[in-house]
Amino acid sequence: MIETENLSKAFNDFLAVDDVNLNVRSGQILALLGQNGAGKTTTIRMLTGLLRPTRGWARVAGYDVVDEPTAVRSSVGVLTEQHGLYLRMTADEYLDFFGKIYELDASTRKMRNDYLLDYFGLAKASTRRIGEYSKGMRQKLALARTLIHEPPVLLLDEPTSAMDPESARLVRDEIGNLRSSQRAIVICTHNLAEAEILADEIAIIYNGRILLTGKLDALKDRVLGKPEYEVIFSSAWDVKNFAHLSAVEMLEKSPKRIRFRSENPKETNPLFLQKLSEKKAPILSLQEIPRSLEQVYLKVMAEAVENVAV
Amino acid sequence: MKEKLRPVWLLAQRELHDQFRDWRILFPLIVLTLLFPPLMNSFAGQTVDFMNKYGGNLILDRLVPFSILIIGFFPVTISLVVALESFVGEKERGTIEPLLGTPLLDWQLYLGKLVVGVIFPLVASYLAIGLYIFMVGKQDLNLPPISQIIQLLALTASHAILMVSGAIAISTQATSVRAANLMASFIVLPVAFLIQGESVLLFWGDGDILWMAVIAVLVLAGLLMRVGVAHFQREYLLGREIDSFNVRWIWQTFKESFVGDAHSVFAWYQTQVGGTLRRLKTPLILMAVIALIGSIVSFQWVSSVAPIYLADIPQEEVDKVLGRMSMAAGLSVEQEDINFGFIFGHNIRAVLVMFIVGLFSLGVLGELVFAINVGVVGGVLAVLGAMGLPAWTLFLGGVLPHGIFEIPAIIFAGASILYFGALLVTPNPTRTMGEVVISVAADWLKIFVGVIVPLLALAALIEVNITPHILATIVR
Repeated sequence: MIETENLSKAFNDFLAVDDVNLNVRSGQILALLGQNGAGKTTTIRMLTGLLRPTRGWARVAGYDVVDEPTAVRSSVGVLTEQHGLYLRMTADEYLDFFGKIYELDASTRKMRNDYLLDYFGLAKASTRRIGEYSKGMRQKLALARTLIHEPPVLLLDEPTSAMDPESARLVRDEIGNLRSSQRAIVICTHNLAEAEILADEIAIIYNGRILLTGKLDALKDRVLGKPEYEVIFSSAWDVKNFAHLSAVEMLEKSPKRIRFRSENPKETNPLFLQKLSEKKAPILSLQEIPRSLEQVYLKVMAEAVENVAV
Repeated sequence: MKEKLRPVWLLAQRELHDQFRDWRILFPLIVLTLLFPPLMNSFAGQTVDFMNKYGGNLILDRLVPFSILIIGFFPVTISLVVALESFVGEKERGTIEPLLGTPLLDWQLYLGKLVVGVIFPLVASYLAIGLYIFMVGKQDLNLPPISQIIQLLALTASHAILMVSGAIAISTQATSVRAANLMASFIVLPVAFLIQGESVLLFWGDGDILWMAVIAVLVLAGLLMRVGVAHFQREYLLGREIDSFNVRWIWQTFKESFVGDAHSVFAWYQTQVGGTLRRLKTPLILMAVIALIGSIVSFQWVSSVAPIYLADIPQEEVDKVLGRMSMAAGLSVEQEDINFGFIFGHNIRAVLVMFIVGLFSLGVLGELVFAINVGVVGGVLAVLGAMGLPAWTLFLGGVLPHGIFEIPAIIFAGASILYFGALLVTPNPTRTMGEVVISVAADWLKIFVGVIVPLLALAALIEVNITPHILATIVR
């Protein structure tokens, strides 16, 4: 649904996006992570046909962004960094205006407006001027605008910024539902927890280049190493004479717990537990030590900054 | 087409709706619409009393149309504010990006902004004019003929279109209302001059010329609209550093366009001047044709009217002119005021005037100066003919020797300014407006330095050293 190859954009002598390769299929969510000015918005703008790539190509919903920009824009819902609402309009008028731009007929417009306003909890405020809305309400309305024409591709720049936790949760749920309706979604966000919940694929961009891309688990393995496991004992246990399996890498042994890394946990972990049981170890729990996207991101960024400095 | 225009009206409608809710736009518009006509009416009443007392009926006749022009102009000035606010304001507030992300075409967005910028102030302006005419009718003052009222309404509409199209062209280059307001003087000042010129025409009662002014303003507005459409591109509107003044970049871009990779004067002539001349092929042909037709038309027209004027001039005056001609033919090169520097400087100044006025009018006024130059040649020959002098012999002996170089130089100057204007109004998705302006300026300078200056220098040398001798031989 979204495909790019060596997508690049230069502003005079400044290379804002450099050889970006992405592939987002229907029903998939890609989280594009990076610092401010890393090239996220420029990438989104190229995918919307707003900026012409200097090099490379991109196809969105089957259309080339350079040759068929109007078709691309008809197939895309874009949530921009600034929500860009007309503050003197009411939410009703605003959604109706965009519905008309997307050439929806009057009954479809009415139906979609009512549904979206109701879904985002804005129905009661639909006749109030947008200028009177809180930040969160404005963000919800901007998101409703991107969905008014039910596009197959969504490009969302910071979709939950400035929202209260309940609203953010609502929006996240809605984005999740959109995935199940076979849409391809790209989210640019600084909220790593949100990306971890929503994204099927992660891409980390720095200075216009994609440093890392892939599924979250694969990225964790690549950046943080294989998963680590921890066995916790209910009481102090003498671990000195415990000879562990050769298939695992022991990281820590103490009377309270054992930490190890396993290349093939499905096979080794049951054996490991069995061996501990044979030695009458007072096992309380065995769990994978959580590895967050934040750890991955920070490590990748630290390495990138270090490489630039060198 | 109707389908394609629907989004234009949709955008304009939203904007109008928005502006009707903004008191900062409504208030001055209402005040200018309702307050100014009675004020002007009172002024007219006072002037009538004054004129009745001291005479000057002609001025009285011109006063009402002049007042209509001014009353119509004031509300129209709001169009500038509306256009800047609706366009740069949207950019500044970030509301333009969601619009740019929709399937609307660039020209639909442009036209939507143009329509809203024109309609609102123009309706107010026409209301004010209507109100004034009603008041004048009540006051027993002479109303101008209906044809003149239509002319004034057309003039007012053309002012509105000119200002809005200019404002949008400016808006594409500004990312903040502040920057746009600063640049708005590029519209306000020329339009103020324009109004002064039109007022003069009104007082002189030159109705036909005033219609030409309407057409000229509409042509200029059309060109500005073309510039707007050419540069109203999503990429520009979202551009970075558009407000910054990067001297280093300007110099590098200029140098690249002017020198290219030439390492010697010969190579520069071969690659840079040669390349530009090849690009100027069509404008050059066009200018040569205009020069030929212009001088013939001028010759024919002056030939038909000159005898009538000359008939009124006493024979002694004609003899004086002929005497001066004979003296001129015998000029020596040492004569102080007609030396090489004078002729060369005069011609260079004429070319620079063409460039400067062309720069601010997308080439239009530059071409006008060019047309005047070629028209004068035909006209002078016609006058000489009407005075009984051998016009063609004088042309061959007194103009052609240096004209072989001077006339092509003027044609080159006209062609380069035409090329300049044409490039500015041509869409170019791969280059910014700044890049286009710099490269065209470099092209112009190449032609000026590489072709025009040498040709004019040569022409001036011949005009000072050879032409007088040939002319003297012919006249004697």
